[in-house]
Amino acid sequence: MRHTLALTVGLLCAGLAAPAWGQTPTLTVYTYSSFTAEWGPGPAIEKAFEAECDCQLDYVSLEDGVTLLSRLQLEGVNTKADVVLGLDMNLMAEATATDLFAPHEAGLSHLTLPVEWTDDLFIPFDYGYFAFVYDKTRLAEPPESLDELVNGDAEEKILIQDPRTSTPGLGLLLWMKKVYGDEADAAWRKLQPRILTVSKGWSESYGLFMEGEAPMVLSYTTSPAYHQIAEEDDRFAAASFTEGHYLQIEVAGRVATSDNAELAQKFLDFVVSPGFQSTIPTGNWMYPVIALEDGLPPAFDTLVKPEEALLFTPEEVAANRKRWIDEWLAAMSQ
Amino acid sequence: MTRLLPGGVALAILALLVGGALGALLWTAPAIDLGALWADAYLRHVISFTIWQASLSAALSIGFAIPVARALARRQAFPGREAILRLFGLPLVIPTIVAVFGIVAIYGQVGLLNRLTAALGLPTQQYLYGLPGILIAHVFFNLPLAVRLMLPVWQAIPGELWRLSAQLGMRSGQIFRLIEWPLLRQVLPGVAGLVFMLCFTSFAVVLTLGGGPASTTVEVAIYQALRFEFDLGRAVLLALVQLLLCGALIALGQSLARPVTLAPTPQRPHDRPDLAPLGGRIADAIAIAAGTTLVLLPILAVLYAGVTGPIGVVLGDPRLWDAALRSLGVALAAGVLSLAFGWAMLLTSRELRLRRYRPRAADAIEVSGSAVLVVTPLVLGTGFFVLLSPIADVFALALVLVVIVNAIMGLPYVIRVLGPPVMRVAEQHDRLCASLGISGWNRFRLVEWPAVRRSAGLALALCAALATGDLGAIALFGTQDTTTLPLLMYQRMASYQMEQAAVTALVLVGLCLLLFVIIERGVGGRGRA
Amino acid sequence: MAELDIENLTFRYEDMVMSFTLRVESGEMLAIIGPSGAGKSTLLSLIAGFDRPESGRVRIDGRDVTGLSPAARPVTTLFQDHNLFAHLDAAANVGLGIHPGLRLTAADRERVYHALKQVGLDGLERRLPGQLSGGERQRVALARSLVRNRPILLLDEPFAALGPALRREMLDLVDEMRKARGLTVLLVSHHPEDARYAAARTAFVHAGKILAVDETSRLLAGESAPELRAYLGELESGEAP
Repeated sequence: MRHTLALTVGLLCAGLAAPAWGQTPTLTVYTYSSFTAEWGPGPAIEKAFEAECDCQLDYVSLEDGVTLLSRLQLEGVNTKADVVLGLDMNLMAEATATDLFAPHEAGLSHLTLPVEWTDDLFIPFDYGYFAFVYDKTRLAEPPESLDELVNGDAEEKILIQDPRTSTPGLGLLLWMKKVYGDEADAAWRKLQPRILTVSKGWSESYGLFMEGEAPMVLSYTTSPAYHQIAEEDDRFAAASFTEGHYLQIEVAGRVATSDNAELAQKFLDFVVSPGFQSTIPTGNWMYPVIALEDGLPPAFDTLVKPEEALLFTPEEVAANRKRWIDEWLAAMSQ
Repeated sequence: MTRLLPGGVALAILALLVGGALGALLWTAPAIDLGALWADAYLRHVISFTIWQASLSAALSIGFAIPVARALARRQAFPGREAILRLFGLPLVIPTIVAVFGIVAIYGQVGLLNRLTAALGLPTQQYLYGLPGILIAHVFFNLPLAVRLMLPVWQAIPGELWRLSAQLGMRSGQIFRLIEWPLLRQVLPGVAGLVFMLCFTSFAVVLTLGGGPASTTVEVAIYQALRFEFDLGRAVLLALVQLLLCGALIALGQSLARPVTLAPTPQRPHDRPDLAPLGGRIADAIAIAAGTTLVLLPILAVLYAGVTGPIGVVLGDPRLWDAALRSLGVALAAGVLSLAFGWAMLLTSRELRLRRYRPRAADAIEVSGSAVLVVTPLVLGTGFFVLLSPIADVFALALVLVVIVNAIMGLPYVIRVLGPPVMRVAEQHDRLCASLGISGWNRFRLVEWPAVRRSAGLALALCAALATGDLGAIALFGTQDTTTLPLLMYQRMASYQMEQAAVTALVLVGLCLLLFVIIERGVGGRGRA
Repeated sequence: MAELDIENLTFRYEDMVMSFTLRVESGEMLAIIGPSGAGKSTLLSLIAGFDRPESGRVRIDGRDVTGLSPAARPVTTLFQDHNLFAHLDAAANVGLGIHPGLRLTAADRERVYHALKQVGLDGLERRLPGQLSGGERQRVALARSLVRNRPILLLDEPFAALGPALRREMLDLVDEMRKARGLTVLLVSHHPEDARYAAARTAFVHAGKILAVDETSRLLAGESAPELRAYLGELESGEAP
């Protein structure tokens, strides 16, 4: 009887421990959930990478880029992440400050980013421009510049997001700051009556836009491509602004404490390779960071191509964000 | 002593969980700047606005819920009454973001109402974004809850009082003033307190429908501190400010409640004397129709968006059913846990109140069980994370933690719903049980359960519904393998798939309705009673 | 003074069909006895108007009141429990008998005070029902019936929970009120000695019918019906009065 028990316990332990003995290592990637969703680029990337790495790729999907960062800050050196994918440039300074990231060794000479990439911890994996997307059937003459938007008809409402809780919201704040500098305050005050509402996240305001609540919403230049390709609906377009558009670059980095450093580096190399990048346009609805062999889907040719990409450095953002948000609050709470 | 044990244990666990979570956050926080918190003018504005909108929302919800509940209590047998009560359980489950879309579809710029006025040739109105939007949404969420929490008051009125009022020739208004209002006054502070807390911590609604950062709540500041600034100390302080404010207000409300004991005598149901007059019939019809319309329209909008969406694609996705099953599991586990905890606390509070004459201690237990709501899932979840991540695999525990957070969030509902019948059982049967030596399991089986099972069913259904719709806790822990239905819906929304999200929301609402019906029938024993 | 005439009053409760015919003289106290479930309380409910009969008539002083609401009938009922509103004090509970919305003039308050005094409760006007004894609570209810001033008083076992001495005291009080005001009183009781003590005549109700009405002492001799003998015998051997 005692033998049977010992045997059972032994077998059980062996059974539980078995995966650890397995030959294939596991790479854990923290990312945001719309990336790993079935319709996102995640599944295809997992398949492609696993095919060449002889490993298992596990995603941990968190709500968004901001959540990714706070998760890392909470976990510190105990983090299970080998790679973090989905922070954006505005979070890079804080991410760097965690001291959790190791320098990447990926070759980036082939990147086609609108700006030069110099960071040694993070590599870009896609980019896009913030833009006001409008419904062509409701708005015949969209504003042609940010200034026209600010000074335009207050009855033509727009939907934006809160910079305290949303990435595009913060993008608009930076955009205004880039264009207006110290006058941003006054510009926000002028824009305020035109704002129908300021939502918590992108989904809320984009949803309201789709319900027809306002003819314009803060989103990305690439948003119309989704409607054209996935819904065969070309009602939507992004308004091209003469001042240029604020750039959002999404980045990935590998974690210094990872036990799978080599594999993590392999994944980063993969991120800037065609196998990963080809899933980006119609998976994440952003621009890939390299030139694709087959080019972009035709719908992307119809999109607004900003003449100038506006951008603050991560350090500038980190140093000023709190003050700028407080300014924004004061201007908007009038 | 053993009679104080259940609540003592529950309270200790609760204190350990909440205290541990908050403590862990404070411990991790580098420095706490109390001075800066108090000096923050924006924060002061936020706090006063939060109190203002929550008071207004609670007053409106309750003020409107009273005539609706009274009308539903007076008209016991019209077709559709049961359906309306079920309907009133739904707003709780619908994730706020979906409900907001439903509300916008009715009251928005191009909503149903504006389309109607446009069709009549009248100018359309922009009224939603701002305080009105916040209030409309909060009434939508809380009116039905308040109605369901108040309805049992009428069941507690003994038949003799109706005969007496008939004999004395009381009219409707007099009946309200002399019979119903004094009883309502007992439960109102509790119900109002719960609604106040829910509006106090309301987040997505206030931001989205509030129109701008002038309308924000303390909860937004917590989110900002926790997520964007990673200022754990500030987040905890704000959570504590919220806890203290709400706790004090609830305690104040509790002290206003004057307990009146009425033991209903089981007998033939007797009609109240004010059913016949036409005026009353019309008033009741208006109250019921208005309340139902207010709740139904946004839900119909949600259902409509779902039904007209790409149903086949969404329903054919096995991950939907996976997520639905997981949501169901989380809901039931959280509901049962919440019920057990709340019940234990109530037993101890009852012991203190009725047998040891320590009503203040009893109040304290009930208030702490309720006020825990304002600690908010985000703070609790983050706290658990900080607490557990050094010693355990938090991802493996994700669902367990989600269940625990949701169980804690359900406590206030259990205490509200289960409290009155639990007290009543003791008042009615304590002596008898003592004399017959009925105690322990026998007492539970023979005395307590039959008396409270209907309320227990409602409490369980509410908690389960609440947990089904949870987005706050799951988003914090969620890994790929632990997607629940609301999370799946949110993912779709974040990927431009608004229509697919609408179908997912439809499934979510359907699941909740099913849960409600099954739990209320199965546990509550309706139809068998 | 009012006489009560009940004529073929039928009422159906689940599968029990009840049918009552009874005449009560003006100013008399009639006791009603019978096994529980026989329909004693239903009979009072029909007279008071809480239940509606399927057919038959209730006449009071020759006037047909069958279609009137409880409040419109010249009748006051006292129940065994819940005669008072638990959150209102004694005076307010009595005051409800004058105005159902408690809008009382100074003269009304004076009447309330006197009524309470009459039932022996002076000084207890401000007490809540919870602070009164069982007997005192029923006295408050009696005081209310005094200010309501209805000629017919229906007592649905209101003293059942009281001890024998207190019960007699309450019956004396009712009897005094009856004599002073010429009330017609119907007393439902399951204590035959209550009937013997207070009522000149007694009716025996069994299975939804009034099987016998007679002078109390003659009826309690038990000779008019075998059911009555069974009821009384059962009572003597079983429950001690």
